Amino acid sequence: MITVGIDVGSITTKAVLLNGTTWQSLLLPTGCSPRDAGKSVFEQILDRASLSPADVDCVVGTGYGRISLPFIDKAITEITCHARGALHLVNGTDMVIDIGGQDSKVIMIDEQGRVINFAMNDKCAAGTGRFLQVMAAVLGADVSDLADLARGAEPVQISSMCTVFAESEVVSLLAQGVSKERIISGIHRSVAGRVASMAGRLGRGRRITFTGGVARNGGVREFLARELGQEVTVAPEPQMAGAIGAALLARDRCKH
Amino acid sequence: MRPSMMKIFDNLRDQNILDLEHAKRDNKKVVGMYCAYSPQELALAAGAIPVSLCGTKNEPVAAAEKVLPRNLCPLIKSSFGFAITDTCPYFRFSDFLVADTTCDGKKKMFEILSSIKPMHVLHLPQGTDRPGALGWWLEEIRVLKDKLEENLGATIDEDGLRAAIKLTNRERQVMRKLHEMNRLDPAPLSGVDLLTATWLRSFSVDKAEGIELVEQLIEEIQEIAEKGLSPFRPGTPRILLTGCPVGSGSEKVLKLVEECGGSVVCLENCSGIKTQVYLIDEDESKDPLEAIAERYLQIPCSCMSPNPGRLELISKLIDEYRVDGVVDLTWQACHTYNVEAELVRQLIKDKFGLPYIQLETDYSTSDVEQLKTRVAAFIEMMDRS
Repeated sequence: MITVGIDVGSITTKAVLLNGTTWQSLLLPTGCSPRDAGKSVFEQILDRASLSPADVDCVVGTGYGRISLPFIDKAITEITCHARGALHLVNGTDMVIDIGGQDSKVIMIDEQGRVINFAMNDKCAAGTGRFLQVMAAVLGADVSDLADLARGAEPVQISSMCTVFAESEVVSLLAQGVSKERIISGIHRSVAGRVASMAGRLGRGRRITFTGGVARNGGVREFLARELGQEVTVAPEPQMAGAIGAALLARDRCKH
Repeated sequence: MRPSMMKIFDNLRDQNILDLEHAKRDNKKVVGMYCAYSPQELALAAGAIPVSLCGTKNEPVAAAEKVLPRNLCPLIKSSFGFAITDTCPYFRFSDFLVADTTCDGKKKMFEILSSIKPMHVLHLPQGTDRPGALGWWLEEIRVLKDKLEENLGATIDEDGLRAAIKLTNRERQVMRKLHEMNRLDPAPLSGVDLLTATWLRSFSVDKAEGIELVEQLIEEIQEIAEKGLSPFRPGTPRILLTGCPVGSGSEKVLKLVEECGGSVVCLENCSGIKTQVYLIDEDESKDPLEAIAERYLQIPCSCMSPNPGRLELISKLIDEYRVDGVVDLTWQACHTYNVEAELVRQLIKDKFGLPYIQLETDYSTSDVEQLKTRVAAFIEMMDRS
């Protein structure tokens, strides 16, 4: 059986092709058209596997752009997909922390990877990948280098949760001569603190798995573990969790 | 399948406004009421038409924010905005306003509003578990009676009150019966239609006519249900909506739940069944004002402390309507419902083990996409297909 999961996020679009027990993945920037990004990631992953759409038994779309995909069989929210994907990636997961481009969520799951409870950030960008991107731009750094730049530095206090206010706070810290390393470390702690308090409202997990693009940032992971007083496991290929979950849910659908 | 009667309800708002205009021309008085605690029987007994002025639309919010703080509940801002912009026909038709000291935001807003039109604000007790609570409230109802008589130039007598009680009790019973049709699985009426059909009771000039319309609707629903028809497929998650009031214009969460694959089988809020479950005692040997006071004080609103009645009602409704999950709606900056949500969450989790979600939002459409993801994920938790 061949199924595909497409996760159209705010920054990147991911596809996972599941063929029996093996899977392959692909990631592209979403750009300005989620619909086109979803279409091209689907075409490209099929191309690589030398398959045509007719070979695929079921396609599930997820992520904020899921509604705009005309070729999918079903749209399922990223919350349900991440839950399923995270359990597949890290055995025994009962709490998923996902920090993506424009939202962050904490999901409690059962042994089958089904959602028991979840919390999601409100309207603003605090505690999301976008927050890190904006801060990286102010500091003239690439977002993927932030963790290396901050390594070991004592975090400075960033008190604004709001992305716009935090940006001016960072500018004034730079003007005061505070080192970039300490500021970045402070930014990591701020993101982690925000998400940890959301997790605290849901209760305690025995095994916490970290997914989404921000999970690639070791600094945020470290502060998350510190704030929660628990180990936080980064899922292998953390950005793929949603698409993997979607492909698995597509397989479940076919079996019915 | 949607009952064909619903078309009549869809157009009832315009009809109600026309009827009201005619009634005003015939020198009928109109009493605008802001809250479910305001006893409409007193207005009816005074020969006036009670209408609800609780703001449920987003349009006047911007105007209200020129005077009121932005960080205030949209219901208060909408109610106030309608009044200062004179864009609500029901407000314009009102000769006298009746309000209640429910939450802090409302009671202070009423102080500003009272300069626009003559108004009386009923003082509610803080809770119902003190020996003096009912006596206090009865005294307040008596003061209201005097105020209405004085301002409307009418007399409110016992016969008038008893007739009004009989009429509003009939209305409550028929609304309850309509609601109870949705105990069937799958529900024969969508939550959005249930709201449309019950909402208009607060604006009709002739209550008896309104009751008859709802009776006809119930008959049609019974026929539909007998054929096993429903707008929902079997297995659709059955949702209880509780929390802040929802009305025409502020049904965004209700709509979202149904768009995302749920069926809102029961509305617990004060625009729904909360205000219909308790009838007024019709015992002829009882002072009607006392019977009215008793009944209205039973309404389990979060402005009461403590408010065990709401948790009891929710528990009952979960069983009666075979509910799969509970959506608790909180309007932004509504502190009483927002804080009470924790007690509701505990009840739903500990006693029923059902999925529960609290959604905090306002009347605007700015957060619809984010809400949609949350609501859809919540429905997916219960999906039995």
